Amino acid sequence: MKFGVVRFPGSNCDQDAYYVLRDVFHVAVEYVWHADTSVKGYDCIILPGGFSYGDYLRTGAVARFSPVMGAVQDHAARGGFVIGICNGFQVLCEAHLLPGALIRNTGLKFRCRQVWLKVETSNTPWTCKVGDRRVLQIPIAHGEGCYVADPADIERLEADGRIAFRYCDADGNVTPDSNPNGSMGNIAGVMNENLNVLGMMPHPERASESILGSQDGRLIFESVIHTLQTTGVVAQPH
Amino acid sequence: MPQVKVFITLKPTLLDAQGRVVQNALTSLGYDKVKSVRIGKYIVLDMEGDRERVAKDVKEMCDRLLANPIIEDYRFEVDE
Repeated sequence: MKFGVVRFPGSNCDQDAYYVLRDVFHVAVEYVWHADTSVKGYDCIILPGGFSYGDYLRTGAVARFSPVMGAVQDHAARGGFVIGICNGFQVLCEAHLLPGALIRNTGLKFRCRQVWLKVETSNTPWTCKVGDRRVLQIPIAHGEGCYVADPADIERLEADGRIAFRYCDADGNVTPDSNPNGSMGNIAGVMNENLNVLGMMPHPERASESILGSQDGRLIFESVIHTLQTTGVVAQPH
Repeated sequence: MPQVKVFITLKPTLLDAQGRVVQNALTSLGYDKVKSVRIGKYIVLDMEGDRERVAKDVKEMCDRLLANPIIEDYRFEVDE
């Protein structure tokens, strides 16, 4: 099992993701350069947080055309796992690997704090180890995390059970007050139709050790590692 | 040499948070006739080629990169 952390110019959570996988989970992980044209050999690709290409034009808009993204799209089409965190989520939306888009927070402020997330379903590759924990504490840090999509797309996400996380209060109530950025339906994370691609604004890699105040982010990594171990999905040979 | 001016705005159905803050500021300055403010992007492209080809290329550029049709509307003008 091997993870690949993509580095775009302006990525700044790449080392955090790499560190968590190598030093907390002790799994194989390598950096993948944005100019690379292949992601063969990797089981799960991580598009990390940051400000790829300076967030110029729109967040994720330029990164989406990086050479590596063609390979990531092929990887996802073959059923390979992809997680986009924060800026990575924005890149996945721009690349049409996930529906919708992320726009400026309605309050205009950059929000950097712990939030509560309601886990909508534990029956996915990304949440299978969540168990009875229905509310996770994971931090956000973004200025453009307001999730919007066509009403038809939102309906489809709801109907298919593809909304992974919603912002909620500590008791799991999805309320307007617990929505930090104005996202439609308090949506914090969504998946593609085959559930092998997840995008989320909160940072699980910043909540994987007790010293950081929460270890709830571990559950997401543990879930996908468990999925890879049990389904026997292995990287495509070259 | 044709010059193209591209105007990009958030779709009217989406809240333009920046626009609303600016509208509030204008109102507090006494400009109470301002009913709405929408803030967008303005991109100027200096191009080569005939107008028809330029217009075709710019439309493609807008659809692929310059605008995101999920959240934005665009229009452009081709000047000589």
